Amino acid sequence: MENFTPVLSSVGGALIGLAAIMLLFFNGRIAGMSGIIAGVLTPKSNDTLWRLVFVAGLLSGALLIRLMYPQAMAIEIDVSNAAVLLGGILVGIGTRVGNGCTSGHGVCGVGRLAPRGIVASSVFFLTAMATTYIVRHVQGGF
Amino acid sequence: MYKADSNMLSYFVVYIAGLIFALGLGISGMMLPQKVIGFLDVAGNWDPSLGLVMISSVSVYLILHPLVLKKSKPVLDTKFHVPTRTDIDRPLILGALLFGIGWGLVGLCPGPAITALMSGNTTVIMFFMAMVLGMYVEGSLDIASRMITENNDVVDA
Repeated sequence: MENFTPVLSSVGGALIGLAAIMLLFFNGRIAGMSGIIAGVLTPKSNDTLWRLVFVAGLLSGALLIRLMYPQAMAIEIDVSNAAVLLGGILVGIGTRVGNGCTSGHGVCGVGRLAPRGIVASSVFFLTAMATTYIVRHVQGGF
Repeated sequence: MYKADSNMLSYFVVYIAGLIFALGLGISGMMLPQKVIGFLDVAGNWDPSLGLVMISSVSVYLILHPLVLKKSKPVLDTKFHVPTRTDIDRPLILGALLFGIGWGLVGLCPGPAITALMSGNTTVIMFFMAMVLGMYVEGSLDIASRMITENNDVVDA
């Protein structure tokens, strides 16, 4: 457990929760990342502009992290490019079919005690754990 | 004039919320797929960090959202745009399953995927483009609606 970062992860998590509550309190919106990204890509309604502005905020925050705390972006991915492409496609399709991801179903859904959020989060956490187990301990990499 | 001002303010708040969200992702370590995999891989060298991120963020939301929803409307909008459905249908489960497989394979979900683009890491860029492709695929195939209409199991909350 030497990689455990209890303080930073609690503080970062609280900021995520605060940002999501802020969006609800001021704008009445759910901070669901997959819906926001998909909404920017396939603009249909008048809901596009706030999503675009939110994405601009996300990228600005990410830029600040890059400048001030670059270790947070020392990314290591040890699976093959084929696995990365497959994973990306599955995340894209899955979050649209199931209408949410770790933020919308996970943080906001579970945080509102919404049955759909609780069920979806349980399913994707358990599926992700099973996938990780199979890839790393049964298959020995992908 | 008043409306234009309040619109500007509303978009400014959305921008700040996005910025804080990204800072939270970075500080918590969740832009690092190896840390996410470290949590998901319970049989490996386990890293509980992601669990703590969820507990912390959900707690803040859990404690504060009843106070917010007690108001008749949000501060800068005319109504709350909050999902009201409570039915557990097939698309919800299938979608969560597909997402879970992709997430467990790479360790990236949509929020970290878009913010980690700022790292310039080519693997992250590749993942993001594949994710966008997947979103377009569902956008045109609309598997979710087909599953519901073909089975007539729509239950509105």
